[in-house]
Amino acid sequence: MLASISLYRTLGILALTTTLQLNGQPLTVPAPISLAQLVDRLGYTGKRIAVECNGEIVPRSRYGETALADGDRLEIVVAVGGG
Amino acid sequence: MNSFTIAAHTYRSRLLVGTGKYRDFDETRAAIEASGADIVTVAIRRTNIGQNANEPNLLDALPPSRFTILPNTAGCYTADDAVRTLRLARELLDGHKLCKLEVLGDPKTLFPNVVETLRATETLVREGFDVMVYTSDDPIIARQLQDLGCVAVMPLASLIGSGMGILNPWNLEIIIAEAKVPVLVDAGVGTASDAAIAMELGCDGVLMNTAIAAARDPILMASAMKKAVEAGREAYLAGRMPKKIYQATPSSPEGGVIGTVHKAA
Repeated sequence: MLASISLYRTLGILALTTTLQLNGQPLTVPAPISLAQLVDRLGYTGKRIAVECNGEIVPRSRYGETALADGDRLEIVVAVGGG
Repeated sequence: MNSFTIAAHTYRSRLLVGTGKYRDFDETRAAIEASGADIVTVAIRRTNIGQNANEPNLLDALPPSRFTILPNTAGCYTADDAVRTLRLARELLDGHKLCKLEVLGDPKTLFPNVVETLRATETLVREGFDVMVYTSDDPIIARQLQDLGCVAVMPLASLIGSGMGILNPWNLEIIIAEAKVPVLVDAGVGTASDAAIAMELGCDGVLMNTAIAAARDPILMASAMKKAVEAGREAYLAGRMPKKIYQATPSSPEGGVIGTVHKAA
């Protein structure tokens, strides 16, 4: 797993972060982070969502064991009204 | 008499409805209840990151335990995007295989790109999806989609959301006559008579969204559509009388009229 090292200037400490592409937008989160932790952080735990990581579906049962790395492309989707 | 079967599942209602363009989920639910539909379509979209994660979810208003959810690929312009979308939908719906494939070719007309649609169909059928496919009213493409393994072929009546009704009943009749899988009109229905005509032509069902959602009273229109689909189906099964061009025949007895008797020459 790759994690970028960035300096938290305000705190003056060294911190590990991961920058993901989430739904087409960059998102920087503390590293290391699993998909389950990201989903929780976004408030989606227990919600009806589906996740694709780098073009592959990640089954709900595997969120916990899925470690996220810098540059991972994630899509998180829901059902919405449509014809 | 009114039940029909898609991919080995039997449904009571031949009216399938979309869930888009309603004011809120309460109106969505009320309209769908009034329509009597068993199968309801949904779209798959990215979550709004950073917005309230607790906002109501469509699938809470329309629980999959009660309705057969038909995820669509609306907005997809390539086979790859459509396939990815339906893989996500299958995960979202706990392995549910029934899906509505539509691959669009043009943002103004929303005409289907039938070449990409055929490509996506091959992949989806191989991956075990039960594909109900939106297509043009071209009988040859409809046949090819059926031969690739689609569980239903769904030609347009006219452009999506246009409400222009059935523009080419002749092509639909050819598609219906040749089909070995259910044929549903999908898109273009504007009002109840359009749905009835589709069913009188011999369609197995009708899928609509805007005709209900954009009516002044969507719930009343949903009820009208339910009746129209049932009436059209019964008329189809009953077999209409032959049309007699320029040749009237009275319904009442010709004899026993008081006054002067008139007879055709």
